[in-house]
Amino acid sequence: MDLTALTSQLLVGLSRAMILFIVSAGLSFVLGVLRVPNVFHGSLYMLGAFVAWTVATRLGEGPGSLWVALLLAPLVVAAVGLVIERTLLARLYQREHLMLILFTFGVMLVLNDLVKLAWGPDYRSVVPPPALQGAVVVAGVAVPRYNLFLLAVGPAVAAALWVFTHRTRVGKIARAAAVDREMVAVLGIDVSRVFALAFLVGCYLAGLGGALVAPTTSITLGMDHTIIIEAFLIVTIGGLGNIWGALVGSLLFGITQSVGLLVWPQFAIVFPYLAVVLVLLVRPTGLLRSVW
Amino acid sequence: MLTAAAQERAPSARRPAAWLALAAAVLAAPAVLPPFYVYLGALVLVMGLLAASLNLVLGYGGLYQFHHGVFYGVGAYALALTITRLGWPAWVGILVAPLAAAAAGWAIGVFCVRLTRLYFGMLQISLGSLLWAVALRWYPVTGGDNGIHGIPLPAPLHTLSGAYVFIAVTTGLAFGALWCIVRSPFGATLQAIRDNPQRCQVVGIDVRAHQLLAIVLAAGFAGLAGALYVVLERSVFPTMLFWVLSLEIFVMCLLGGWFTFSGPLVGAALIVVLRAFAGRHTEYWTLILGTILILLIFFMPEGIMGFVGERLRLRASGGAAARRGVAGPDAVGGPARDVTADAGGAAGSGTGRGAPAPAADDAGGAEGARG
Repeated sequence: MDLTALTSQLLVGLSRAMILFIVSAGLSFVLGVLRVPNVFHGSLYMLGAFVAWTVATRLGEGPGSLWVALLLAPLVVAAVGLVIERTLLARLYQREHLMLILFTFGVMLVLNDLVKLAWGPDYRSVVPPPALQGAVVVAGVAVPRYNLFLLAVGPAVAAALWVFTHRTRVGKIARAAAVDREMVAVLGIDVSRVFALAFLVGCYLAGLGGALVAPTTSITLGMDHTIIIEAFLIVTIGGLGNIWGALVGSLLFGITQSVGLLVWPQFAIVFPYLAVVLVLLVRPTGLLRSVW
Repeated sequence: MLTAAAQERAPSARRPAAWLALAAAVLAAPAVLPPFYVYLGALVLVMGLLAASLNLVLGYGGLYQFHHGVFYGVGAYALALTITRLGWPAWVGILVAPLAAAAAGWAIGVFCVRLTRLYFGMLQISLGSLLWAVALRWYPVTGGDNGIHGIPLPAPLHTLSGAYVFIAVTTGLAFGALWCIVRSPFGATLQAIRDNPQRCQVVGIDVRAHQLLAIVLAAGFAGLAGALYVVLERSVFPTMLFWVLSLEIFVMCLLGGWFTFSGPLVGAALIVVLRAFAGRHTEYWTLILGTILILLIFFMPEGIMGFVGERLRLRASGGAAARRGVAGPDAVGGPARDVTADAGGAAGSGTGRGAPAPAADDAGGAEGARG
């Protein structure tokens, strides 16, 4: 096999994996702390991409427009998520998982059509900021600067999440609530507020993923359908609720897809699913420890 | 706990004449109704069978069959491929479809039954997504994302009314078969497993074997529904295997009422009809569907038939209790029993609610045997 092509595809797979990680880490965090399999997580990712497009195009050709979009879009998405959590989802925590799944599916259907109402069915695209346009030659391979940027953002988000969950009081409480929410409640902590915060973080990550992916792909109405199933499978092979599992799963998913493109282009999308199936047959509860 | 099926005896089940009249009315539809309604009727029956087949594993088996649509898609592709690629007669294909889907059900189920709840569902989704991805990309065989269209059908099936009558008769027989399965000792055992798998294990029931058989049977019926869809539409496409469709089948069961036999059909009918008419006026159908789903979860989590059934039982038992002056535990479906059953969670509420007194004796007996 051509080594240059392999390196190039590996880098593409890695940068794709970074987007997948940011999205599925949010899903996993919500799944771990709130025990909510949030089906509309993918819709928030799509919303993030559309909001990023709007912000970037409103600000016009200015060099900083996409940077503003990357800051603003996740915040808008997080706010939308928080409103849904406080008004509707918070009333359903006592219900069984199937009801929560169906509820979040209902919200997904509503959000998808609201996005369609607001932005219409057209394909859209944004260009990366000038500083990240073009390509750099690394080890004899031309790599788009934006992909290198994603390769830096992914680990940064992972580090930020680690600091949040291991070094801040609120993050530690959230982790404790993931393991034993009754005990946390008994200690006099308002679990409801912890849940709201955790959901906010999860939604922020979905929006961030959407905003980050915007310059690399065409922004379409169907983009949520693919990402949410990928994110759920990643979270499952990583171990439900385990953020580092999400990282492992994302790498597996992104790399099998991009390298599969070299092996058998026509069936490239089959490889990640095959990898997931193989992992689950060997370790049904995921590679890393699940909090469930 | 084995008597759950007894509570489901709808009043009409005891009146063969009512059933014959209903069957005659359904079969006479093409003669009196315009083609659009005949088409809609056939679609209701197909989707109703699909939803009912999911309910066999979901409502009666208590398993999170997240990717039930896969078996529907496998059935549809099995018929389409036997006709277009193998050149076999459609009649053979219609027999092959449920068998192929049941085989897929076995292949997927044998791995899934080792797991519980969300893990069961996630493994199923990954295996189902694998099949979807293959169907989407295997252009020479499945037609890829274009699917297969214009599938030729033999004489009686190639007209709408012919297809409708065939679908009506086949789904009628399938519903009869599902009813017999639910009411059989196997069906009773399945519901017992749903309510308390550990206890069933203890009394010597092979829990996994029963669950696997339920998945295989449900997959077979879903595959039949898929084949009937091909008879109606003469086309298949990969979205039939996509996860969104599987969740829509869930919505049909929820809307009509899981834990009831007729619920999935009612739910499917409402969704199909609503979509057909909403589709004429708006392109925002999923907004409507999503809103319905959210409202259901908040206000009617037992679905329409569950809600109606509860009202009927409350009225009946209320009347009986008033006559006797007490609402004892032997008042079938008495309010007191409702409270305890509902406290046990939605999965338990289906059987617990309205279970006659002997159910408690059975449970006690099982507990005694364990002790």
